[in-house]
Amino acid sequence: MGHPYIPNTREIREQMLVEIGVASIDDLFSDIPEKIRLKKELKLPSQTSELEVKQDVQKMLARNKPFTQMLSFLGGGLWPHHIPAHVRSLVQRSEFLTSYTPYQAEVSQGMLQALFEYQSMICELTGMDISNASMYDWATAVGEAALMCARVTGRKKILVPELMSPERFSVLQNYALGPSLELVKIGYDWATGQIDLSQLRGKLGQDVACVYIENPSYLGFLETRGEEIADAAHKVGALFVVGVNPISLGLLKAPGDYGADIVVGEGQPLGNPISFGGPTLGIFACRDDTKLIRQIPGRLVGATTTLDEKTRGFTMVLQTREQHIRRERATSNICSNEALCAVAAAIYLASLGPRGLRELAETCAANASYAIKKLDTIDGLEAPIFASPHFNEFTLRCTQPKLTIKKFNAKLLKQGIQGGKPIEGEFPEFGETALLCTTELHRREDIDRLADVAAEAVGARK
Amino acid sequence: MRYQQARWADDERLEPLVFELSKAKRTGYTLPPKAPSESNIPNKLIRAELELPELSEPEVVRHYTRLSQMNYGIDSGFYPLGSCTMKYNPKICEELAALETASSIHPYQDEDTVQGALELMYKLGQCLAEIAGVARVCLHPSAGAHGEFLGMLLTRAYHRSRGKERKEVIVPDSAHGTNFASAAMAGFDVVVVPSNSRGRVDLEALRKAVSKRTAALMLTNPNTLGLFEDEILKIAEVVHKVGGLLYYDGANLNGILGKTRPGDMGFDIVHFNLHKTFSTPHGGGGPGAGPIGVSRKLEKFLPVPVIEYNKKRRRYYLDYHRPQSIGKVKAFYGNFGVLVKAYAYILLMGTSGLQEVTETAVLNANYVMHKLRGVSGYELRFDASGPRKHEVVFSAEPIKRETGITARDIAKRLLDYGMHAPTYYFPPIVPEALMIEPTETEPKEELDRFVETLKVIADEARSDPEELRFAPTQTAVGRLDEVKASREPILSWRMYKRASKK
Repeated sequence: MGHPYIPNTREIREQMLVEIGVASIDDLFSDIPEKIRLKKELKLPSQTSELEVKQDVQKMLARNKPFTQMLSFLGGGLWPHHIPAHVRSLVQRSEFLTSYTPYQAEVSQGMLQALFEYQSMICELTGMDISNASMYDWATAVGEAALMCARVTGRKKILVPELMSPERFSVLQNYALGPSLELVKIGYDWATGQIDLSQLRGKLGQDVACVYIENPSYLGFLETRGEEIADAAHKVGALFVVGVNPISLGLLKAPGDYGADIVVGEGQPLGNPISFGGPTLGIFACRDDTKLIRQIPGRLVGATTTLDEKTRGFTMVLQTREQHIRRERATSNICSNEALCAVAAAIYLASLGPRGLRELAETCAANASYAIKKLDTIDGLEAPIFASPHFNEFTLRCTQPKLTIKKFNAKLLKQGIQGGKPIEGEFPEFGETALLCTTELHRREDIDRLADVAAEAVGARK
Repeated sequence: MRYQQARWADDERLEPLVFELSKAKRTGYTLPPKAPSESNIPNKLIRAELELPELSEPEVVRHYTRLSQMNYGIDSGFYPLGSCTMKYNPKICEELAALETASSIHPYQDEDTVQGALELMYKLGQCLAEIAGVARVCLHPSAGAHGEFLGMLLTRAYHRSRGKERKEVIVPDSAHGTNFASAAMAGFDVVVVPSNSRGRVDLEALRKAVSKRTAALMLTNPNTLGLFEDEILKIAEVVHKVGGLLYYDGANLNGILGKTRPGDMGFDIVHFNLHKTFSTPHGGGGPGAGPIGVSRKLEKFLPVPVIEYNKKRRRYYLDYHRPQSIGKVKAFYGNFGVLVKAYAYILLMGTSGLQEVTETAVLNANYVMHKLRGVSGYELRFDASGPRKHEVVFSAEPIKRETGITARDIAKRLLDYGMHAPTYYFPPIVPEALMIEPTETEPKEELDRFVETLKVIADEARSDPEELRFAPTQTAVGRLDEVKASREPILSWRMYKRASKK
């Protein structure tokens, strides 16, 4: 019998060999030196039917507990949201799903236009003019932004907030290695968590390529003095880079409105599942400025016309920046990106529209505010630990002596609740603290239940 | 067979932009009620306006369905894009990756609640390590180029740990563009070695290029000409002798599955393109996954966390305690959704299936080579006698000399016959290159039709070259002005509106 994915059966293959005058399949591999030819079979599972694979993988994955089947308050860079059914059904259309990078524009108008629409909506959200067609994730987008700022300014110092996500910082460190960029952390105001402006001003000089902030920050609070940070950066000729959760921009001012030159972020919440951390969607957008455009990494889709100028169409543009043409002088090595996730984001945003996204952002923020109020009233708990406005994430500190945040979380888990992400390892100065997240998935009764179980866990009287 | 791609259009444009379809107050979304609390976000942080399109759900669905109909995928037809391994993507893999138990788990969940995910990643790593003949696999990188970048960072860490800074990475002139870019991004100077008349690395030139400065050689084998680097053992010796590492670009792994292994050839670092060899779809450019495998001596530098298995407790866990780790190149642990599909694919194929994949893919490439050699206008470059592996590169220079028609014109004309174009003008060492990778997915009939069509196009080039310059005509749009698109870039709705006002 033939193989289901290989139409040329053994018989046909024999026939083809005869036709090309080759005695056996092995002869086609005669150029592999004898010494490295594999003498025995690979030790892999043996070929399995579709039904068995389905059953086996399902069974393996059944050992996972999805957050849809329990109450979970995890965020920290990926945020759970409802994905409208039609978003998935559209991105699964195999004309999108099984296409390669749209190098042949004439047969790829669908993907190209969808990506142009994605770029356009990211620009509207962020207040930028240009967005690329995606990066791998927020973390790598920060890395690429730092490299880009260094190229644009010819400077090597990158200022980042001390409270930025440690995972993103680690990725940034690795991206900074090549051109030996110097990463400098800016301290924070102990009460608000926000960037210490006087420290920032002290560290700003003619050698600074960019100032990076996260807004909302990794720990959930908002940076309320974006304009001042932008002014301070621009005064010394540095660029201002802002990292975002795009859902927040349904409600919050666009970074472009407070002076950002480049906006990066994590696009997963725009219609993409969390999938244990990937695929993710790196947002990368910037102002319309020739100096910036020339240095932007990644693929760009632009509008044009047919050669006879009669019909509008879309194509990849400025490819001379990219690795397949510019090689070692390319603006980045990125080739495969997260195009399909970007298409999901476009469909998601087109479905929500400005009102839907506003309501969604308000719901996420209101739910967090409600959770904060409920949890902060419990003896032995404090939420949040920073006196700043928050979007949909917040810190929760366990002040009960002898109760670590991990033990606290274990008690929640016993009651079927996945608590927040413990950050006591990342930022020990904040004590036994976790980072919690709420979205529209959390109903009022879910948050009430969290508060009840949390109160029980710290042994507080209600 | 003739082709006519769907074309949704009025006089001046295809399907309107989603912004042009917008009507005030329409929406395609509903929300549950919010909790009874107001956030403390001050007014000065709240935005005044946001221009996103407003559409109902059926309008959104029609718009993107129409766009999809103006897009060509491997499910539409033949896609012989060289070095891209456009093979069929089994639907069951999509179904499994979409399960809630895969798509709705958070990377920060308690390890006890994600044992299945950790097991799958652990086992996929083992399968890939066996396929490539390496000690350990890291699943973090999001794409092949990302894997290359990680490989270069590991190379840096390795040499640094031995107290030696090495500044040069050697890349053959036939290599994928990402090799040059990844090495440069990690801070290395790129040294290019030429190919010899057989289309392989010129060993003498390599001997002259290596030195104590050599950090690594990046090589894809089979190379971009589809030729196996048959002097690989000597190449490895030359590089290792000066203390350099050997990096394997796995883009062309489909040509050797079960036949030979990069690790056995002497490679120290290997990347895999799961969206190529292991059939997770390309998604119009991504997401992919670019895991890397390393030899024992590099294991300690791998990114954190590493997935380990505690036999006693029968429990998988994330190991962050790796003092020599280089840190991270991506947040979290990799493109898990893609990893699920690759793992399912390996189970579906098994040892014998993967071997059959390679045998058939290689046979198909050699079949095309044999058939097309007889067609006037196309010329096989390099090593005319030797077999190819996964792909074959022809030059259309004879047609160009005769008629002025270029490889690009030929590629565009192929679209009119319902076939995707091969990669063209690559590798750059072949003038008017047509790089053809048929994969195991294509039946003999389709390969015959492809060769026959190239013959027809060569005839068309002779009889009516002007017509060919306007190809394609059967696609949603005709040939686009790519020069104008780059000279006056319009990259968003905002810029489009501004440009229209001018």
